[in-house]
Parts: sequence; structure tokens; C-alpha cells
Amino acid sequence: MSDASNIPTRNLAPSNSAKFRQRVLPFIVMAAIFAIIPLFGPSRTMLSLFNAMGTFMVFALSYNMLLGRAGLLSFGHAVYFGIGGYFCVHAMSWIENAETGIWANYPVFFLPIIGFAGGALAGAIVGWPSCRRAGTPFAMISLGVAELIAAAAFMFSSLSGGEMGISGDRMNGPQLFGLSMGPAIDVYWFVAFWTVVATALMYAFTRTPLGKMSEATRDNPERVQFVGYNPFRVRYMVFMFAGGFAGLAGGMSAVNYEIFTPEALSLGPSGLVLLMAYIGGIRYFAGPLLGAIVLTYMQSNLSDFSEAWLLYLGILFISIVMFAPDGLAGIIANFIRGTKAQGWIFLKRWSIGAAGILIAMIGVITLVESAVLASNGFGEVFEPFGLVHLKMSNPLTWILSLFPMAIGIVLVRHMAKLSEEA
Amino acid sequence: METIIFSLLNGTIYGLLLFMLSSGLTLIFSMMGILNFAHASFYMLGAYFAYAISGATSFWIALILAPILVGVVGAMVEKYGLRKVHANGHVAELLFTFGLAYLIDETVKIIWGRNAVDYRVPDALDFPLFELFGAQYPAYRIFILFIAVAMLIALWFILKKTRAGMIIQAALTHPHMVGHLGHDVPRIFMTVFGAGCALAGLAGVIGGNYLVTDPAMAVQMGPIVFVVVVVGGLGSLEGAFIAAMMLGLMQTFAVSVNATFADMFGFLGLQATSEVGGITVASLAPLLPFLMLVLILMVRPTGLMGDREA
Repeated sequence: MSDASNIPTRNLAPSNSAKFRQRVLPFIVMAAIFAIIPLFGPSRTMLSLFNAMGTFMVFALSYNMLLGRAGLLSFGHAVYFGIGGYFCVHAMSWIENAETGIWANYPVFFLPIIGFAGGALAGAIVGWPSCRRAGTPFAMISLGVAELIAAAAFMFSSLSGGEMGISGDRMNGPQLFGLSMGPAIDVYWFVAFWTVVATALMYAFTRTPLGKMSEATRDNPERVQFVGYNPFRVRYMVFMFAGGFAGLAGGMSAVNYEIFTPEALSLGPSGLVLLMAYIGGIRYFAGPLLGAIVLTYMQSNLSDFSEAWLLYLGILFISIVMFAPDGLAGIIANFIRGTKAQGWIFLKRWSIGAAGILIAMIGVITLVESAVLASNGFGEVFEPFGLVHLKMSNPLTWILSLFPMAIGIVLVRHMAKLSEEA
Repeated sequence: METIIFSLLNGTIYGLLLFMLSSGLTLIFSMMGILNFAHASFYMLGAYFAYAISGATSFWIALILAPILVGVVGAMVEKYGLRKVHANGHVAELLFTFGLAYLIDETVKIIWGRNAVDYRVPDALDFPLFELFGAQYPAYRIFILFIAVAMLIALWFILKKTRAGMIIQAALTHPHMVGHLGHDVPRIFMTVFGAGCALAGLAGVIGGNYLVTDPAMAVQMGPIVFVVVVVGGLGSLEGAFIAAMMLGLMQTFAVSVNATFADMFGFLGLQATSEVGGITVASLAPLLPFLMLVLILMVRPTGLMGDREA
């Protein structure tokens, strides 16, 4: 062993400034963005959009603890979101009715902690049987459990309020930071606080030994066993934490909307959070954040423009699965890497591809929109910018939809060929 | 007595429909290792295609043409979609079919509207076949029974007795060897995927007018078919058959039982007025498949007949 000490060692650890840049700065920037937003005097609708975004950012990140980090595909993550949320709605009414004791002194601001406890508890119960296996069986069990719990929630209406759900009132209990929680801006500060805290905690989790082991279990469970860890225990603990953070997001949502229905723990929201995380990019920590922002925006704004927004979402998801498995974050990272390495050549190639996708999108949108309006049967016709009158029977509709699609595909294939040559 | 016989008949028919759906899914899984999330969407496509075709021509043409069309759509999906994703692993494939289910659902809503369409039993089969305990039994249900059994026999014959079936079976276990023998394995995969989808389509054609044809039918049926395949044992046709019949009978019987928990567990002091005591067995019927799934996966992860872990 004495020989080893003679070999000059190189310090491989990142420097302090690199650590700060990579691990602390992004959160300072994030907090700063949240702090700056109210200075622009956003409207109530903008604030409620931001509140929804924050909630979904935490929810999608907690989902990615399973899918991206531990490699566990869950179809029922909304169960923990919902159970955490229900805990909080009930706690809200306890706060409202309490005269003395713990609940009388518990500020609504800290309700997400209750949500975390509820979600983690649910994760501890459900995870025990389901974390024994990974891969497809895990996905199937999560689906079964989700259906089971959602259906049971409708049945036990004293706990879940049946189809009407349970509502609460957030303007009770002691105030914290001078927030009465009444106006939307107070809720905004509440959501912003918890989003930043939960994001930082979840990032910190990826740097703990447990976080590292969960990635190892994803990549090679057998080898993890050789090293002396129990993959089941690793999965189980990660599952509990993921459930807890989902419950925390549920608590944010409970305070934000003051109502929870059994719908919130059904397969629909579970699918949505899967889409958010995957479209954003599960290989990057920031991916689900990006996905949550984009999808929440699409959900609230695109649904005003088009009834077919779910179809666009499906197309986006399939395209991501097929052509960009690293999601939007992967596309951005690839763009930055390519520009740095190859400069203009890369940019040129990239813009050909982007142009192709945009042109193809024109075709898809034309086709979908004219079809949707025709199928509604209200006699409405798709008239982009009031220029053309696109009925399904109009040959121009088909030209405007199929022709751009063909050009777009040709351009994208051209780009793919160029990047293969490069 | 009459409840038992009617439940038995209806349960068998429902079970056979479930098997028709799950047989395709099992075939696809055992060959390609893909749990096709969009399988029930192909079932829905079958029903809608049949509705469109039988509206233009007749039910009998739809009975043949619609499954073929669904099969072609499935084969195209495999060739241009799944094959690309295959390189990224099973989770990517599962996610692809998940997205595909979204896409098919939304497209169906755009083309045929959000409400149920009027896809009816053909006039030639719309009569009571026999009378039992004073209640009439529709001929169409017996027709479903007949078609399902015919499909069962045909499937068994093709897989076990023909050369094509031998090659498919060989490709299940030894795809590389089959490839070395000069068979085009990707084409076999595409054919099996298409055939599995066509079976789902056939179930849609005969099930769509028996149940209901609306854009929610895929979402309702999908999870149950999954349960059948997993409970039966992934990749095992026999297991899928047993599980489908079990589920079909169990659900139909449960619906016809009006007893509440208080009736059953009253000796434990459970009151009929309490919330748990007021739950009827009938209202538990939709829960049964998922309860079964969770129990089976905990107790016997290979499923009833499966030889490999799910």
C-alpha cells in the first residue's frame, strides 16, 4: 500500500466555485424568478396559472424520483398526490373547528407538511407489496392499486366526500409571514415558497447515498445486491419519499383550490404527470420542471384555442418517445452541446430540422382543426387569420395539410441524414 | 336458480369477450415482450369501423372487413412506430403504446363525436332465441358465444397444427434461431402484432353493439384486459382463458348479489346503517378485477399459468 501513496493524485472533486455554480446557483435563480414575478403585477388568472405550475412542478419532480431516478414506471402516482391532498383538506377543517390544542395553533402555511406525511404513509403501505419487483410488474401493480383506491374513494364518501369532494377554508388558524392566505397573491407566495423548498429538497435527495443507490438499482439491481444492498429496500424507501413529495404537492393544491375530489387520485392525473415528466425529460433533474411548465401552460391556454389539445399532447408525447427520448431538456442540452462543439454547421443543420417540424406542424394543425370543427357539426369552419375558408370538402384544406406535412418530413429526414454524416 | 343460470350464461359471454381481447395481448406480449397499452383502443377501433361499415353496407361485411382493417392499422403501428422505439427498451415501448392510446381515443372523438354512436345488433339476429324461466334470451348473445368459440378453435388450430403456428411458437422462445433458419423475424413480429390487434378488433365488432360503442369504451376495458393477462400469467394463452372466464363469471355474479357487508358480517356486529355495512357486493363488482390483480401479483407473481415472472 505504501506504493500507492507515491503516485501523484489528481483532485477529481469539483472546485468550490463549480459546486456553487452547479448546485446552489440554480436554486437562487429559481427563487429570484419567483420573487420577481409579482413585481410585474400579474393578473389573477396569471397568478392562478403560476400556482398550478408550482404545484405540478413539485408533483412532476416527485414522479421523476420514481421514473427517472429509480426506473420505476408508475401509472398511479396521483394516488399519493390525492391522499396527501385529502389529509390537508381534512386538516384544514380541523384547523377551522379547533378551539385549543395543536390544530388551533397550526398555520395553514405549513399544511404541505401534513400532505407529505399523508403521501409518505400511503407510499409506505402500497409500496410494501409493489416495490418487490421493478419494470413491467411494478407498472401493472401501480395501475391496479390506482384503480382500486380511486374506486374505493368514490365508495367511502365520509372520507372523500363522494363525487362532490370535500372543501375547506384556508383563511383560518394563525397567520404566518403576515399572509392571510385570502388573496391570490398570498397563495402565490405560499406556492412559491413550497416549490423552491421542495425542489431544493428533491435535488438534495439525489445527492444522498439513497438517491445514488436508487440510480444504481435502476441500472443494475443484481450488482446492487452483490455490493450488499437490498434493491427492494432501496426502491421502497425511494417510493415513500416520492409519495411524500407527491403528497406535499397535493397539500399545495388543497390550499390553492380549497377542494379535493376523488377524481384527483384517478388514472387521469396519473397519466398527466407521466406525460409532464417524460415530455420534459426524465434524464435531467430540470426536465420535469420544464415539462410541468409547458404542459400546465398548454392545459390552461391551448384548451381555450382548440378542443383537440389532448390530441396535440398525444402527438407531442409520441414524437418525444420516438425521436427525442431525453425530452425537451434533452433537446435543449443537445442544442447547447452541439453549438459549442460545431458552431455554425450545427446551427444550420438544426434550423433545417426546426423549420421542417414547424412546417409539418402547420399541416397537422390545419388538418386537425378543420376536422374538429367539421365533426362538431355547428357549421363552424376553420379560418386561419380569416384568410382562407377551410371546409373538409374543400380540396385546399387537404393541400394545405398534406403538402406541409410532406415537406416537413422531407426536411427532417434531410437533417437526420446530415447529422449522421457529421 | 334462474339468477344462477342467467349469470352463468352472461358471465361466459363476457368472459369469452375478455378472452378474445386478451388473447391478442398475450400473443403480442409473449412474442415481443410488449404490454400493449393501446390494445383496448384497437378494440374500440373495431367497434367504430364496424359501425361505419355496417352503416354503409351490412353487418356481415363489417364482421369480416373491420377486424382486417384494424389488423392493418396495428401492423402499420408496429412497423413504423414500435420498431423504432424498440431500441430504447421496454419502458419506452410501454410509453409509446400509452401515447398511442391517447392518440386513438382523441382521433375517434374527432371523427365520430364524443357521444355514443348508434351501433346496433343486426336485424337478422335481433330476436329472442329461447325462453328461460319466463325471460327471453337474445339470440345475439348466443351468436357472440358462437363466434368466440369459433375463434378459440381457429386460434388453437393455427398455433398448434399449422406450419405458420410452429414458426410463431419457435419465434416466441428462440427468435435468433428462427432468424438464422431464414425466416424474416421482424415480419413475423409485425404479423403477430397485426393479428393480435385484429382479434381485439373482432371483439370490438361483436362486443360494440352488445355493450356500448362510445369513446370511453377503451378506457373502461383497457385496465380489465390488463388484469386478465397478468392474472392468467404473462404469455400464457391457457392462463388468459382461465382468468378471463373467472373474471367474467365473478363480475357477473357479483353484480347479481344484492347482499351488503352488514348481511355477510353482521355476526361481527357490523351495522347495516354504518358506511362499511351499507356497501353491497354488487357495487364491489368493478373493484374485483383490480383486487384480484394485486392479490395475485403479491402471492404468485407468475400469474396462474405463467412460467415467467411478470
